[in-house]
Amino acid sequence: MHSLSAFFVGVLFGAGLIVSGMTDPSKVIGFLDIAGSWDPSLGLVMGGAVSVGLIAFYVARRRTTAFLGGTMAFAERQIDRRLILGSLVFGIGWGLAGFCPGPALVAFGAGYDKAVVFTIAMLAGMALFELAERFLNEGTR
Amino acid sequence: MIDWAHFTPWSALAGGLVIGAAAALLLLLNGRIAGISGILGGLFRPMPGDTAWRIAFVVGLLFSPALYGLFARLPSATIEAGYPVLILAGLLVGAGTRYGSGCTSGHGVCGLSRLSPRSFAATGAFMAAGFATVFIIRHLPA
Repeated sequence: MHSLSAFFVGVLFGAGLIVSGMTDPSKVIGFLDIAGSWDPSLGLVMGGAVSVGLIAFYVARRRTTAFLGGTMAFAERQIDRRLILGSLVFGIGWGLAGFCPGPALVAFGAGYDKAVVFTIAMLAGMALFELAERFLNEGTR
Repeated sequence: MIDWAHFTPWSALAGGLVIGAAAALLLLLNGRIAGISGILGGLFRPMPGDTAWRIAFVVGLLFSPALYGLFARLPSATIEAGYPVLILAGLLVGAGTRYGSGCTSGHGVCGLSRLSPRSFAATGAFMAAGFATVFIIRHLPA
């Protein structure tokens, strides 16, 4: 059941990204280019998504289990150097290509060669992170 | 100056609501945060019983354009960056989202929705870095 719902949610999430226009990197860069001719669309995408999300998390806070079973507990950690450094590195890559992970996968699915190359590089970046973590933090995790 | 020729407020808002609904469903049905980098990243750290739903979600994302195309015309995408830049950007996005524990969906949509101070900080950081990067590329003389 968890896989079936996850597949359905993946399709819905992708459809939302397509409708929103965020699978087009030139539109994302249009938002990030505040000094040029600015396209505020991405802000409205976030606003729309967060307005639904606020309700969902309000409901989730009153529950300890998910509707299909399984725990629902999200610990809040401190703001640390990893969070900020990692997010800055992500933001540089995002600005360079106009892709973040979700839209990259959808554009991959739509058959754009450049999205396939970006996604493979992104997975390689994730794999390098895992290797570095294991190498540097032997036994501490 | 607002780029009125490209600003698409209604489709942006509508798409955002659908994205929010998807994140809400994954949260309430599966008890999971719809963070794409986290869902992908978890596949590199496989745990028993924790892999199938991740693959199912990713397959759903990959199939979404084909399924969407059955009902409506797919919008086109313009990818201006060349291959070397895309490879560099992909490496930075992959490593950065894992090091910072999230991306536009996990921190930007879900984290802000749960009013997480960490996600506000992360979203501020990646937005600022994105603005700065595009400013340097587009507006500083090479």
